[in-house]
Amino acid sequence: MRSGDGMSGDDRPGDGMSGDEASTAPAEQESAAAAAAVESDAIDPTLAEEREEVLHAQQAQPVPVSPAAQALAGVPAEPGARKPDPILVADRVSRRFGGLTAVDVDHLEVQRGTITALIGPNGAGKSTFFNLVSGFDKPSSGTWTFNGRDISGMPAYRIARMGMVRTFQLTKALTRMTALENMMLGATGQTGEHFLPALFRPAWKRQDQEIEARADALLERFNLAHMRDQFAGTMSGGQRKLLEMARAMMVQPELIMLDEPMAGVNPALTQSLLGHIQALRDEGTTIVLVEHDMDVIMSISDWIVCFAEGAVIAEGRPDDIRSNEAVVDAYLGARRALPKDGERSA
Amino acid sequence: MDWGSIFSNALSDMIGPFAAIYALAAVGLNLHFGYTGLLNFGQVAFMLVGAYGVGVGVVTIGLSLWWGILIAIAASIVLALILGIPTLRLRGDYLAIATIAAGEVLRLFFNSSYMQPITNGSFGLGPSSTDFLALNPFSNGSYQVGPFQYTGSSLWVMVVTWVLVALSCVLMFLLMRSPWGRVLRSVREDELAARALGKNVYSYKLQSLVLGGVIGALAGVMYTMEVPTQFPSNFDPKITFYLWVIMILGGAGRIVGPVIGAVIFWFVFSFLGSFLGEAFPGSNTGAARIAIVGLILMLLMVFRPAGILGSREEMRLEVR
Repeated sequence: MRSGDGMSGDDRPGDGMSGDEASTAPAEQESAAAAAAVESDAIDPTLAEEREEVLHAQQAQPVPVSPAAQALAGVPAEPGARKPDPILVADRVSRRFGGLTAVDVDHLEVQRGTITALIGPNGAGKSTFFNLVSGFDKPSSGTWTFNGRDISGMPAYRIARMGMVRTFQLTKALTRMTALENMMLGATGQTGEHFLPALFRPAWKRQDQEIEARADALLERFNLAHMRDQFAGTMSGGQRKLLEMARAMMVQPELIMLDEPMAGVNPALTQSLLGHIQALRDEGTTIVLVEHDMDVIMSISDWIVCFAEGAVIAEGRPDDIRSNEAVVDAYLGARRALPKDGERSA
Repeated sequence: MDWGSIFSNALSDMIGPFAAIYALAAVGLNLHFGYTGLLNFGQVAFMLVGAYGVGVGVVTIGLSLWWGILIAIAASIVLALILGIPTLRLRGDYLAIATIAAGEVLRLFFNSSYMQPITNGSFGLGPSSTDFLALNPFSNGSYQVGPFQYTGSSLWVMVVTWVLVALSCVLMFLLMRSPWGRVLRSVREDELAARALGKNVYSYKLQSLVLGGVIGALAGVMYTMEVPTQFPSNFDPKITFYLWVIMILGGAGRIVGPVIGAVIFWFVFSFLGSFLGEAFPGSNTGAARIAIVGLILMLLMVFRPAGILGSREEMRLEVR
């Protein structure tokens, strides 16, 4: 498990102005900080190139690049880029609310086994896109496939059973159920969830014990074992986030979609959550997350998709995104956009 | 004032046939609201189709009691599906509106001259309990143990209904400790979360509505056994709200909550009835009785919002 890496926050200055420092070896922090400072001042192409070189040099070093990220090496950093092994593919997905187009994604692929982050300013359509592909909202048009199977228009519960599970921006702990019950609910294919077998305990007892063991293991892993028999309503906000993630893992998903997993979580717990997310990725789960904290995004994502006004305006590895002008315009520094109005993509 | 007879009446009614019938209907309501979070404000409609299912089967068509009971159960399933299929995909309040309306619509419809050939309208339908009373092992006289006294037929209805209450409580216990019950409670807590975890929430809500409705219909069946000739006006919305009082008094989401609630409710209700009747002879004290029940409910909400069996801590969790 790599969760240890994430939890040792020593090499991460808390006041970093961009995510650069996160992946930086201490010896080279100075140059990176300088580069970051430069970035925030100017979009001079030569400087950006220099900065890129520095960063590449650093990343070649100790940080173990996940196999999934390696698979993305040859993928061009452009909106709608084809991935070698996509698990989720969306085509022309749009959602209109009256005259407002909340989402209009032409083509988007999510590479299997990676952490893919969706970023973008508020109202860019990230969460709406989440709701659409997870079946919680109906699109105005478009199709999407999961594992090669068309799941457009499928009810949310069936999408979840297929192995694509989501969490919510506002945590949905089942407050008057214990943490253990919350967890056990997540298991799919339970015999005892059918009406008639439910009446005969022998029909589901063994399966229930297996599920309980699995739930206990996950509670242990997410540091919630001490809350096992407490009502979820007594937990803190951060614990609820952990519980929700652990509960989603009970479904044994291939793809887990986290809607702002760090929102409202204290910095110490953020580290632990990050560690858990990376560990899940390393075990082969694909992770798509919406997040606003750029430090977090830059430090854990294998691939970043930037939304603005409903459309995907940029895609790429963290480095590509950092130097992408459209992203900088739309998100990182809107003030920069003013003199360059003519060049804006949308 | 004859305190002896006031208390004797109150104690007899506390565990009498009506307490049992209300307890049974409240068990169904508890499944709806206490465990699934469904806002059913028309439980009386299920009692009505139960009572009239037997009545129409036995009196109008001339079938045996058992066929009448089957018709009652089938009718309640149909009613649950009619109410649930269009509304359970929507927000909870839509079921509330549909159920409260359904209760009234059915009552007025069964009362109409249009329906007279089938329900005998406002002239009342009965007697439906002949077959049932033929099975009565108790003789027709009056039975008395201490302050408790019942007629032979009431005793028979009472015993059978309490057995049904016990069976339905066992059924609730078996269901609620199972994964099925776990899903139901998760629907009560947060529907979206349950859906996100792969649960077909709509199906569970429908199952809950049907099962609780059938239990309500059985309460209606037993009502007809106690009161052999039924009038649609017996099923006014007041009954639904008595059932809510009973469920909340006992503790929503507790297996025996409705039983405790029904016993206490009927003790108070009967006590107030006899007491007010003796204190103000000749005047109509019915309204005062209901007003005092309402006052007690208010006090209950202030001092014991989770009911007798509910835990206050658990209730507070909802706020966050």
